Amino acid sequence: MFTVRSALLKSSASRVGRLQLRCFSHLPLNVPVKLPNGLEYEQPTGLFINNKFVPSKQHKTFEVINPSTEEEICHVYEGREDDVEAAVEAADVAFNNNSWATIDPLDRGKALWRLADLIEKDKEIVASIESLDNGKAIMNARIDVQLVINYLKASAGYADKLDGRLINTGASHFNYTKREPLGICGQIIPWNFPLLMWAWKIAPAIITGNTVILKTAESTPLSALYVSQFIPQAGIPPGVINIVSGFGKIVGEALTQHPKIKKIAFTGSTATGKHIYQSAAAGLKKVTLELGGKSPNIVFADANIPGAVQNVITGIFFNSGEVCCAGSRVYVEESIYDEFVQELKVAAENVKVGNPFDEATFQGAQTSQMQLEKILSYVDIGKKEGATLITGGERLGNKGYFIRPTIFGDVKEDMRIVKEEIFGPVITITKFKTLDEVVKMANDSEYGLAAGIHTSNISSAIKVADRVKAGTVWVNTYNDFHHSVPFGGFNASGLGREMGSEAIDNYTQTKAVRAKLD
Amino acid sequence: MLHTSCLRSAVRSGACARGALAQRYVLRLYSSAVAGTPLSVPITLPNGTTYTQPTGLFIDGDFVPSADNRTTEVADPSTELPIARVFKAGAADVERAVAAAKRAFESSWATADPEVRAKCLFRLADLVEQHADTLAAIESMDNGKSLECSRGDVALVSKYLRSCGGWADKLYGNVIDTGKEHFAYSVREPLGVCGQIIPWNFPLLMWSWKIGPALVTGNTVVLKPAETTPLSALYAAQLCKEAGVPAGVVNIVPGSGRVIGEALCKHPDVKKIAFTGSTATGRTIMKNAADTVKKVTLELGGKSPNIVFADADLDKAVRSIAHGIFYNSGEVCCAGSRVYIQDSVYDEVLEKFRQYTAGIKVGNPFDPDTFQGAQTSQKQLDKILDYVKRGEEEGARVVIGGKRRGAKGYFVEPTIFADVREDMQIVKDEIFGPIVTVSKFSTVDDVVHKANDSQYGLAAGIHTKDVNKAVAVSRRLKAGTIWINTYNAFHQSVPFGGFGQSGIGREMGAAALENYTQVKSVRMAIDAPEF
Repeated sequence: MFTVRSALLKSSASRVGRLQLRCFSHLPLNVPVKLPNGLEYEQPTGLFINNKFVPSKQHKTFEVINPSTEEEICHVYEGREDDVEAAVEAADVAFNNNSWATIDPLDRGKALWRLADLIEKDKEIVASIESLDNGKAIMNARIDVQLVINYLKASAGYADKLDGRLINTGASHFNYTKREPLGICGQIIPWNFPLLMWAWKIAPAIITGNTVILKTAESTPLSALYVSQFIPQAGIPPGVINIVSGFGKIVGEALTQHPKIKKIAFTGSTATGKHIYQSAAAGLKKVTLELGGKSPNIVFADANIPGAVQNVITGIFFNSGEVCCAGSRVYVEESIYDEFVQELKVAAENVKVGNPFDEATFQGAQTSQMQLEKILSYVDIGKKEGATLITGGERLGNKGYFIRPTIFGDVKEDMRIVKEEIFGPVITITKFKTLDEVVKMANDSEYGLAAGIHTSNISSAIKVADRVKAGTVWVNTYNDFHHSVPFGGFNASGLGREMGSEAIDNYTQTKAVRAKLD
Repeated sequence: MLHTSCLRSAVRSGACARGALAQRYVLRLYSSAVAGTPLSVPITLPNGTTYTQPTGLFIDGDFVPSADNRTTEVADPSTELPIARVFKAGAADVERAVAAAKRAFESSWATADPEVRAKCLFRLADLVEQHADTLAAIESMDNGKSLECSRGDVALVSKYLRSCGGWADKLYGNVIDTGKEHFAYSVREPLGVCGQIIPWNFPLLMWSWKIGPALVTGNTVVLKPAETTPLSALYAAQLCKEAGVPAGVVNIVPGSGRVIGEALCKHPDVKKIAFTGSTATGRTIMKNAADTVKKVTLELGGKSPNIVFADADLDKAVRSIAHGIFYNSGEVCCAGSRVYIQDSVYDEVLEKFRQYTAGIKVGNPFDPDTFQGAQTSQKQLDKILDYVKRGEEEGARVVIGGKRRGAKGYFVEPTIFADVREDMQIVKDEIFGPIVTVSKFSTVDDVVHKANDSQYGLAAGIHTKDVNKAVAVSRRLKAGTIWINTYNAFHQSVPFGGFGQSGIGREMGAAALENYTQVKSVRMAIDAPEF
């Protein structure tokens, strides 16, 4: 059925595993998929352009792999430059010729609310697709989908609340501001939260009147395509949301360089973010970036210890550690260090790793072979650097990309495993004595996405929260997202904020009108 | 005047003559005469469709009879025929309703995740939309307004409820930087049980302006619809239930202002009173609410100026001033009832206005061509015609109209008075009907002075092509809403409310949320941690 053209996409083949196949084919636009939990559904495989699923112009497809079994789930069509062109045309017509940007804002709100309702009705399938494609535990996937629904609904409510201001500069003038959409937005999302990132991108963009072309990650295109089938039914007009599955080098590049695209939003690695920022600079596109992190998670001696242990576990092993804001650097106050490390070791060893569809599983598979290899190579680096491996540090089983929860102790702040983002279930633990010391260590990073503080002393909590350089600070909790609370990075962790009213700022531009009165 | 005692007799079927004008009064009867009044009745609408009308009080999520089984008759102002009997709440029912609302407030409504409230309001908006035809027909039948007006009302109701739904999770407090020794923030919290009293001119729209912002901010309500127009609020109450609004959050108690309104204003468990109606009643309500220091918002009367400058697009301006006064049969608190025309175009505009008015179709609200339906009650009809008589006595000239239309149904001809003086009663008083006075002015200063010479300050209209004039005049007018080259142009996002004696507080838009939240400030000292 398929003609294999270039089998080797990523060549880091020290361990032989599954590599993604890319083919020419006449793939049907819907294929039946049977989920491990027995549910069956029809998976759209086309690009979603102008409210229709279409084959890519060159009829190329690529393989989507189940990271828990390393087996093929299905193929989907691969978009390329000419497909981006078609999508831009659709988004351009929707923005400029049709009325999406200028209709009654409540109509945009209503359509987005309907989309959320339609996803909600189908949420078990949607969560299952996410587990299947990404490898994350079904309990994590359900949390993602609920947050998707909540966020779409919260965004819907912003439609008619994008007020400008009336600025009084005295009797001689009349001044006001309006918030207007940008136009066509190119959006590039990662594979760790495929549907959640889809929601964070499309909701604030379309509610403010923009139209979008979104590129999903090549390893996890399924959930975005699946929910796209609800877009017409929700009443969102053709061309407002376009999904082009494909690869960063081709589709991402085409988006960042297209002259009609006014804005690029990207979530992914800091390295890719820098490249995108540079590419977008040529066309002076507006850019928002959600990038990497190496977030400190600080435990004071006066914290509720069992609670803090649980939060450190959630902070790093949630979503298999594939979280940009993972609390990957743990700092523990000296007086409780030994006790805490012991309890953390026990808790990490009790984390249930395995089949994502097992209801008891907390940590599923890493999303790709490449990711698995990267994480295991960091374990080697840590050992060579002289850190003590307290637990984990190895692959679990030989089928599926599972890794044991891993803790390194006795680390030094200049070790690579303390400095670099690993993006897996690996933490380092460091001892500290004073508040000043831990704040200094916490801030000694190029990143600044998140930080955790565990203490029963409100004064310590607020002082550290004030001083730590991070876009999100969690106190006595971690990885605790809420659709109303903005999320985004200081420094190399990014530009702009997602969720909350701040996300709206990424997708509007202010027009100031000043009229002189006679 | 007729007294209730007279009506408690066997007068049932409608005609209770008081000279030429008196036709129908709302009957108040003990339901012993109609023992076993059902909690819902089938009603066939003038458009031929039949629906089920709830007739009970809506308390704690259910329709219930009033404690003393009293009922009241609701009549169709276009035909003067009875529509149905609904239960009439008494003081004991207010007790029950307030207790239910208090329980609902103290259970999870106020503290639930905001999404819960958002979802209820979005669903309610959807249901209003699904039931739009029935609701609009009920409104036209009960209030007498043209179906065209009712449809506009219902569309705004669903938009407003949906817009309110979106506010649920956007009621931000502030973090206030007071230096590093302290942590200070403010949160916005609901008030508790809100008593809400609404008028008969926009029964369902006022219902939504009241319950929308109250509910989304976490309050619970006991709402009294107007005695003459309780039907749409009761119908919509069942939609609240279907939308998932928990029992006790919305309670509807039809009844008289004197009994129910007063009981709500004085009840110690009611934390806020919101009222829309006459300025006279507004004062009484504020006084009654003062004893328990309730928060009060009032949307009261108006006598709004509508100004036409010589440089306006005169045809458009004429449509706008006609719409400003005859829309909803003139039963609009912000009606543009004082028209001011610049002297150089006075005769021309007056003549165009007369011609336009002559073409307005008055009559059966269900006729698709009808713009102006019936006045809502006999009392209102009498009051309007009385003002016409007074205007004539004061020496004003009737340009057109001035009479009742037909002998059945409370229809009044669209009426223009010209050659008025600013001190005439018809220029000073709110008539609340399709009666407009037209005055001449020469300069901006002149018209601003005249426009502001009123105890009211609800709205004002300005018609001009000159943006400088429009902005300059809008700055000087004392009114809560200014319409420029338009009139009665409501929008769910644009706040509405009065200056002067037209009221306190604003409805719709973000401003409405202020009426239903109170700020709690938290300031915490931060010690230097011990290490």
